[in-house]
Amino acid sequence: MASTVIPANRAPAPTPKLNYLNNGHTLKSWLLTTDHKRIAVLYLISVTAFFFLGGFFAMLIRLELLTPQGDLMQADTYNKVFTMHGIIMVFFFLIPVVPAVLGNFLVPLMIGAKDLAFPRINLLSWYLYIIGGILISHVMLTGGVDTGWTFYTPFSTEYTNTKIVEAGLAVFIAGFSSIFTGLNFIVTIHRMRAPGLTWDRLPLFIWSNYATSLVMVLGTPVVAITIVLVAVERLFHLGIFDPRLGGDPLLFQHLFWFYSHPAVYIMILPSMGVVSELIACFARKRVFGYKFVALSSVAIAVFGFLVWAHHMFVAGISLYAAMIFSFLSFSVGVPSAVKVFNWTATLYKGSISYATPMLYAFGFIGLFTMGGLTGLMLATIGIDVHVTDTYFVVAHFHYVMVGGVLMGYLGGMHFWWPKITGRMYPEAWAKLSALLVFVGFNLTFFPQFILGYVGMPRRYWQYPPEFQALNVLSTAGASILAAGYLLPMIYFVWSLRYGKIAGANPWHAAGLEWKTTSPPPTFNFDETPVVTWEAYNYDEIPPWERRAPVAR
Amino acid sequence: MHDSQSTTGPATTMEHEAHNPALRHHFADAQQQKNAASLGMWLFLVTEIMFFGGMFCAYLVYRLAHFNAFAAGSQQLNIWMGATNTAVLIVSSVTVVLAVKAAEAGKRKVLVGYLVVTVLLGMTFLVIKGFEYREKFEKHHVPGPTFNFTDKFDDNGKQIPVNPKEAELFFSLYFAMTGMHALHMIIGCGLFTVLAVLAWKGHYNPGYFTPIENAGLYWHLVDIIWIYLFPLLYLISRHS
Ligand SMILES: [Cu+2]
Repeated sequence: MASTVIPANRAPAPTPKLNYLNNGHTLKSWLLTTDHKRIAVLYLISVTAFFFLGGFFAMLIRLELLTPQGDLMQADTYNKVFTMHGIIMVFFFLIPVVPAVLGNFLVPLMIGAKDLAFPRINLLSWYLYIIGGILISHVMLTGGVDTGWTFYTPFSTEYTNTKIVEAGLAVFIAGFSSIFTGLNFIVTIHRMRAPGLTWDRLPLFIWSNYATSLVMVLGTPVVAITIVLVAVERLFHLGIFDPRLGGDPLLFQHLFWFYSHPAVYIMILPSMGVVSELIACFARKRVFGYKFVALSSVAIAVFGFLVWAHHMFVAGISLYAAMIFSFLSFSVGVPSAVKVFNWTATLYKGSISYATPMLYAFGFIGLFTMGGLTGLMLATIGIDVHVTDTYFVVAHFHYVMVGGVLMGYLGGMHFWWPKITGRMYPEAWAKLSALLVFVGFNLTFFPQFILGYVGMPRRYWQYPPEFQALNVLSTAGASILAAGYLLPMIYFVWSLRYGKIAGANPWHAAGLEWKTTSPPPTFNFDETPVVTWEAYNYDEIPPWERRAPVAR
Repeated sequence: MHDSQSTTGPATTMEHEAHNPALRHHFADAQQQKNAASLGMWLFLVTEIMFFGGMFCAYLVYRLAHFNAFAAGSQQLNIWMGATNTAVLIVSSVTVVLAVKAAEAGKRKVLVGYLVVTVLLGMTFLVIKGFEYREKFEKHHVPGPTFNFTDKFDDNGKQIPVNPKEAELFFSLYFAMTGMHALHMIIGCGLFTVLAVLAWKGHYNPGYFTPIENAGLYWHLVDIIWIYLFPLLYLISRHS
């Protein structure tokens, strides 16, 4: 308070003010924190660790597939490697990544609240995530699982002798972490908004996290009980999914996909919210069709619950059921397309600048569109029968989950990094990494569309020699992609010490989170903001601040 | 300054809101905190419904697929123990409501009394359930290597042979569903025990008794799940 005179060279001290980062330095002050921003940082570190662990398994897969024969590993090891890749990436990276890191940090800030509604439950959900993570790491080190991340019965209940129960427990516990995050967000968004922040003034990131949370709360318990049933069937020899005892393996698939299809929307919706924020800021415009974009998130969440059996077209469901699920799967394309068209319409006559976050947003739109359109192909029963369990499917969901989710996440990380740390990242390096990610991604996964279409099945450690050329391309792309992911790791850490001081609002962006200091104080705002404006009021920002500065 | 806490009525608590020790810093006022907590609890109950929903779904699917075996299995359940337990749970729901009323009125001892009675009723349920499980063991109706089912479905004097494997599936679901329900009962009993201790120490007053209310909601949900389990497992095959 006394030091109102700001020294001319404010170099070494990162931030003179007391903020959430320097408010307590002990390990205990981090591990027992209830501050949503610190919990977001804890998630950031742990989620990143699991991303690189899952990425390590991905590299093993790509290395093995470099040649047609099994040289790095044989079938048993390969099965475990792709299973661990799937479980870690789905349950310990893609599902928590955007909500638990960016959502945790931003939801209270964006709605002008001091914290989430239940800060201690928020901390609990991080610990659940960690316990689940330790369990799955233990499984990994002591033999692994070989069922694929889908745990299909009766293989998982009867035949495999790998650690299904323990892996299931890990997923179950991580699931409750996700349930609690969703519950916390819903209550926070309903009950903690700043005065004047009505539903039609909410940032679209909030809308998309709200929709995500609905899916988390409604879907996750179903996969939890399904895993419990698999575990008790294995442990006590019950016959719930065992056809010899009158059970039905298809029921497992129904229950599993009832969650696991909507889980795709748990992953992609928050990233869509990020992209809405980025497009508005770097086109300096209100998002075109705000209400449609907001409600399309909710529509995706609702429709997403009605399409699960498109994973089962060849599993033995009736043709009639398949046709209905095919039709419903097409209908999810409508709200998804609403988003893509509205983003493009926002760009029209916008004052666009090409900072790194915007590059990622463009990447997202392109890759998500590819993933979405091939999703429509897969929803068509005839094509699906042809390409089921081939690399076409693998390429499709990687376009959505890696091309979509990760692009959104990285764009968001670059955009809010100055808010989270108070420092700018190095723009030139960031642009290079965005380029590497985009090129590497397409080189990795586009060949897989072709491979799948011409008949290469997924989940095999060897393949006929005629598939090799495309597989080599894919592995080469994966190496570029890996470089693209490692680079931000390095320069983000570098920027913590050497990055330019960001200031409260380096992008001249419109959200409430930019109206407090960077990094924010522990209780976010010195006084509770009162909102009297619509979201993305870029036309009301003074002219000299209209164009987003391109950071250097 | 907090001496009068247990005797303050609703009017005075509003004045003392700033000093309310139960109000957490990130809420604007006690009302916002209460609304948040109860919305959170309702959402949690939704997740519980989805959780049990998976098993109800499995039960309905298999009941349609193996009707005879499920009817025969159902006839082997002890309807009197089930009915007694239903009554016990309904009474416990009443005592929970009375506990909430007592908390609202600031009657500490009455509150503790009803909480204790609720826990005792919950334990009664669990003990009866335990006897039921023992009966299943004795009759070899527990799924697994020792499972043995020779009974015939006896409806209107007709003997319909039953595939014992399908009957085993019925008992698998019976144990999975009632077991998961019993686990929730145990958690509920633990919860109310803690609340009774805290209530005895005077943690709750008419201005703040949200935990009692929310635990009550949880208990009602667990009761309602039983209210569905009882007819589905014990009753609906007993026509005629
Ligand atoms: Cu799907």
